[in-house]
Amino acid sequence: MERVAFEPRVLAFCCHYCAYAAADLAGTMRIQYPANVRIIRTPCTGRLETEFLIKAFETGADGVLVAGCLEGGCHYTSGNLYARRRVQYMRDMLAEMGLEKERLRMVNISAAMARPLSDAITDMVETVRKLGPSPVTRNGHKSKPTESRIEPSNAHPQSAI
Amino acid sequence: MIVAERKKIPELLDIVKEHQKLLVLGCGTCVTVCLAGGEREVGIISSALRIASRLQGVDLAVEELTIERQCDNVFIEQAADAVERNDAVLSLGCGAGVQAIAERYHNKPVYAGLNTTFIGILEEQGIWTEKCTACGACILHEYGGICPVTRCAKHMLNGPCGGSREDRCEVRPDVPCAWQLIYARLKEIGQLEKLHRIVPPKDWSRSLDGGQRVIIRQDHRI
Repeated sequence: MERVAFEPRVLAFCCHYCAYAAADLAGTMRIQYPANVRIIRTPCTGRLETEFLIKAFETGADGVLVAGCLEGGCHYTSGNLYARRRVQYMRDMLAEMGLEKERLRMVNISAAMARPLSDAITDMVETVRKLGPSPVTRNGHKSKPTESRIEPSNAHPQSAI
Repeated sequence: MIVAERKKIPELLDIVKEHQKLLVLGCGTCVTVCLAGGEREVGIISSALRIASRLQGVDLAVEELTIERQCDNVFIEQAADAVERNDAVLSLGCGAGVQAIAERYHNKPVYAGLNTTFIGILEEQGIWTEKCTACGACILHEYGGICPVTRCAKHMLNGPCGGSREDRCEVRPDVPCAWQLIYARLKEIGQLEKLHRIVPPKDWSRSLDGGQRVIIRQDHRI
């Protein structure tokens, strides 16, 4: 049987005020990062609820990256600090469920840090690549049809440059 | 309010392992406020059960529903169709809610998804503390509104024990000595003389003695 190379599906929740702007800057600077990542813009990482993170894993994400402002630099003062605690809670819960904690990570990025964002995404994708596909959807289980599924493709605008 | 916390996912999975269709039933009252069994937690625990069951190769379909109050028959009825559709119910209500659901739907297994912990209050964001043991014979009026039964580690009615350090309990250094609080409070409201009285042993017959407690109000019976 033909063996298909595993391409991780990584979801990145990026804060509008920092990491999302850094991704934009990466595009302007022609910095490439893996096309495996799908970016969701959030008004602040403090907006992230535990539900969002667990739903991402339930519906097929191999890894989730949360990218918020530098500590002390949150547009809303402390949203990124709240997000860090929620990410930690979710990491512990991943272990409870039997998933590797390393599939979820939080990084702090400023709007000017296009290269570090690219590096963080690359590192996350490679970490997940080593872990292998998420066993949640590996065993023939499908996500609910009403929920959007993250499919690997090369259509990411930044990586197409 | 009643404060509870969720059981760990492996324990929950073990509890429901013999079922294929499970209803995770939340409660919109106390356990919603203490962030243990409301609509959000139903979503999180359901997702976690789906993920964990897939990882273990267990075939488990999870339906989610939250009703206003699990300890009230009027609201319990709203779950009838969902209960009927599933093999079992994992209730995220308090112990009273779980039992009310089990009594109402006697042909379905009903399991507790939470550990009901105490009657308490939200001290500050994310921190809940116990305030009441429901002993059945309240003595708060004697102690400036601070309960020695619940908050003193030795449940002393004629304290302090003498072991406290500064204002800290010797059993639990992370909590203040209840008797220090009682003294300060009585002094503040000018009722220090209440401490001169030797309080006789508490009547525990109105507490856990004799099984389930029942209150009957004839004036409200119809």
